[in-house]
Amino acid sequence: MTIALPPYAQALRIETSRDNNGRIVLTMPFGSHVQGRPNFLHGGAIAGLLEIAAFASLRDALGDEEATVQIKPITVTTDYMRGGRARLTYAAAVISRLGQRMANVESFAWQEEESKPIAAARMNFLLVRDKS
Amino acid sequence: MSPDQHDVNAIREKLTSGEIGPRAFFKMLNQHSHNGLIGVQYVANADKWVELAIDYDEKLVGDPATGILASGPIISLCDMASGMCIMLTTGKFFQTVTIDLRVDYLRPAKVGQRVTAHMECYRYTRNVAFVRGFAHDGEADSPIANVAGTFMFLGAPE
Repeated sequence: MTIALPPYAQALRIETSRDNNGRIVLTMPFGSHVQGRPNFLHGGAIAGLLEIAAFASLRDALGDEEATVQIKPITVTTDYMRGGRARLTYAAAVISRLGQRMANVESFAWQEEESKPIAAARMNFLLVRDKS
Repeated sequence: MSPDQHDVNAIREKLTSGEIGPRAFFKMLNQHSHNGLIGVQYVANADKWVELAIDYDEKLVGDPATGILASGPIISLCDMASGMCIMLTTGKFFQTVTIDLRVDYLRPAKVGQRVTAHMECYRYTRNVAFVRGFAHDGEADSPIANVAGTFMFLGAPE
């Protein structure tokens, strides 16, 4: 199943793929469009990437139900751990719980090694399901 | 050309020394970065707070079905306003990095409306600055998001 990305993800030039375990991994190239201070990523662009990773993983996990569920972010807490350098950035999400009304998701972003995250975001989403 | 780190430092020093105002500061800094992509604009400021805004833009939409903005640009806006209100509150020149930033979405921004972030630095110590604020889409007493964050100074103040 391909995951359709919103216009905002296209503006950040984010692309999706799957790793060997079937997990969705996003990539975001460096460029002036995501730069904050010179030669570093903007924190907001990192938060945007983490948010898109969570959405893409949730849409994927919802499978056939996907089209009938609205996903609304309620809280987003972003932790910045390392400065984002001028290079390709990866992101993936872990769904801690996917319930009827709520989903709890944690996203991570990294550059050289996944074991050295540059940022993480904890997100709580409200799921609004069509009653039909 | 995008300003390099040396230029950015010089521009920040001009702001904190009062040589240039926040509006001019923003114009000098803004154009060639992520803030240029989302179109952040200076609105107003006082001693401890600053207001920045983004206009509605179709390329920042998070949900094509509704046309509602993604949360990413709103986080970017609040992050930028946080850094700026810290500089204005401390009145000194520091590089700051975000430790964490929490955004609670109270309701979606109305489609087509400009979003304004109001951020205040309510306390700072030798190493850390604490900010809080909100974002609204026209009426400040009906916010779309509540925001709290912490920032660390790179190079502690004297």
